[in-house]
Amino acid sequence: MSYMLKRTSTLLITFLFIVLLAFFAFRIIPGNPALSILGPEATKAQVAALEKTLGVDRPLGEQFLSWFANLLQFDFGKSLRFGESVLAMIMERLPVTFSLATAAMLITVLVGVPLGVIAARHRGGIADFLISVLSQLGLAIPSFWSGILLILFFGLGLKLFQVSGYVPWSESPFLWMKSLFLPSLAIALPQIAILVRFLRTAIIEQMELDYVRTAHSKGLGERAVMFKHVLKNALIPAITVLGMNYADILAGSIVIEQVFALPGLGRLLINGIATRDYVLVQGMVFLIALVVILVNFLVDVSYRLLNPKIKLK
Amino acid sequence: MGRKRSINFYIGGILAAFLVLMFLISFIYVPHEINQMNVAKRLAAPDSSYLLGTDNFGRDILSRIMKGSQTAFFVGASAVAIGLAGGLLIGTAAGYLGYWTDELLMRLMDAILSFPGIIFALILVTVFKPGIYQTVVAIGVLSIPGFARIVRASVLEMKEAEFVKAAKGFGASHFRILSRYIFPNIFSSIIVAATLSFSTAILIEAALSYLGLGVQPPHPSWGRMLSEAQGFLQQAPWFAITPGLFITLLVLGFNLLGDGIRDVRDVRR
Repeated sequence: MSYMLKRTSTLLITFLFIVLLAFFAFRIIPGNPALSILGPEATKAQVAALEKTLGVDRPLGEQFLSWFANLLQFDFGKSLRFGESVLAMIMERLPVTFSLATAAMLITVLVGVPLGVIAARHRGGIADFLISVLSQLGLAIPSFWSGILLILFFGLGLKLFQVSGYVPWSESPFLWMKSLFLPSLAIALPQIAILVRFLRTAIIEQMELDYVRTAHSKGLGERAVMFKHVLKNALIPAITVLGMNYADILAGSIVIEQVFALPGLGRLLINGIATRDYVLVQGMVFLIALVVILVNFLVDVSYRLLNPKIKLK
Repeated sequence: MGRKRSINFYIGGILAAFLVLMFLISFIYVPHEINQMNVAKRLAAPDSSYLLGTDNFGRDILSRIMKGSQTAFFVGASAVAIGLAGGLLIGTAAGYLGYWTDELLMRLMDAILSFPGIIFALILVTVFKPGIYQTVVAIGVLSIPGFARIVRASVLEMKEAEFVKAAKGFGASHFRILSRYIFPNIFSSIIVAATLSFSTAILIEAALSYLGLGVQPPHPSWGRMLSEAQGFLQQAPWFAITPGLFITLLVLGFNLLGDGIRDVRDVRR
């Protein structure tokens, strides 16, 4: 099987697996969903009527097919608790989570790439050692705790940043950036650690290849070799890893939104879970799975385009 | 890199040993009963009687952190046990049987790996209601693919090794080949993977409990302590600092230990 075909089939299987899980997981919950929405005082007729609207009176296979067909047309149904369209609720909160994840990506690259280069250039030295200590810490600190520490230090201590809540871009671009900075930094910390470790290894591997010796022997300086050749080649796999980690960044924002009280997808998901609003939760899981699969696919394709020579197993 | 190798191993070992010691002591001694409330000393700063201060109910934070280590170790160890058992079974089946069994099982493992773990755990915990055992199962299932991949890779490699082929030629049974030749060879990789997924398990448990969907009262949990502390950041910052510090130390200790063992035993990833 060719590599691309294999990856695509993996992604499709992943997608189907998640969708099936999202559907059936919420059907095996004991108890009648209609009854739990209406409360114990509901009459039999009321329960039956709601069951019909929810569609839970039909056979399971039929329910799944119609649910899936609706999803493919981006009809996510109505939230059990709020009665609003799930898609509208998601769209309303998407900008927050999307800005957060993008800002976290940006910080990761801006901080991670220089640190990775420094660590590789001073391999075995003090700078390398300090950076490796920092990246071990970055991997060990839970993001919600680093979020709390950032609030304590910058928000309450220095009073520099707004510590919680969200300001939309349309209201004030400056305050928007300010409200996103600390939470996206908290999400970025472990990602920076991963990028630094990966980039360091990739650069060191590149520096041992023949073309580097050739570049040196034709009189190119250390800097020119590093920035014109080595870094360019080492960045491709490193950025690929970052792309693959987009799912983790999304997951990170779910937790961080709770820490900073940001009205994003994470809060919506936690809310849906706490109130057992399974139409809402299913819709969100479907959407997250779709995004994760698409991003993975795009990363795969761009990696192949950037490296026509590289053969992957 | 001999110097760095030993540094990882020793610092990780010392940190892990310190936390294991605290965990063991918590069974025989904690300074205060963990649910004993001292209303007069709510959110008190650290002093000689309450070394790490008190929480919003006037309960001793140190005692709760010590008892909380039992939760962390229990969740971490049980999740690793589930992951290891599942990983051995699936990895061996995939590697040894090959063909479509391999394809099917490994694609399923990829599916679990490529989806964010915490969302996966959130779905499972929602369905089965939050609680310590549900958390353990959810995190355990998440750690199966990591083990399965290692086991499968080693089984595939060992299957082709001359001495295994020789044993087969002499008529050794499948069970004997697995237990005598294949499993002993993957022991080091398994130890490294177990150490690293122990710390991952603890991070996920802390996050779930922070969100209120993991370990429930009366079990004390470091993650939930943090979410309780967040309401009192201004009055009692120490309440929010110590639980997070212990999560970090535990995860850091086991991460370093895992890396250290890998360096020492020269185990490949």
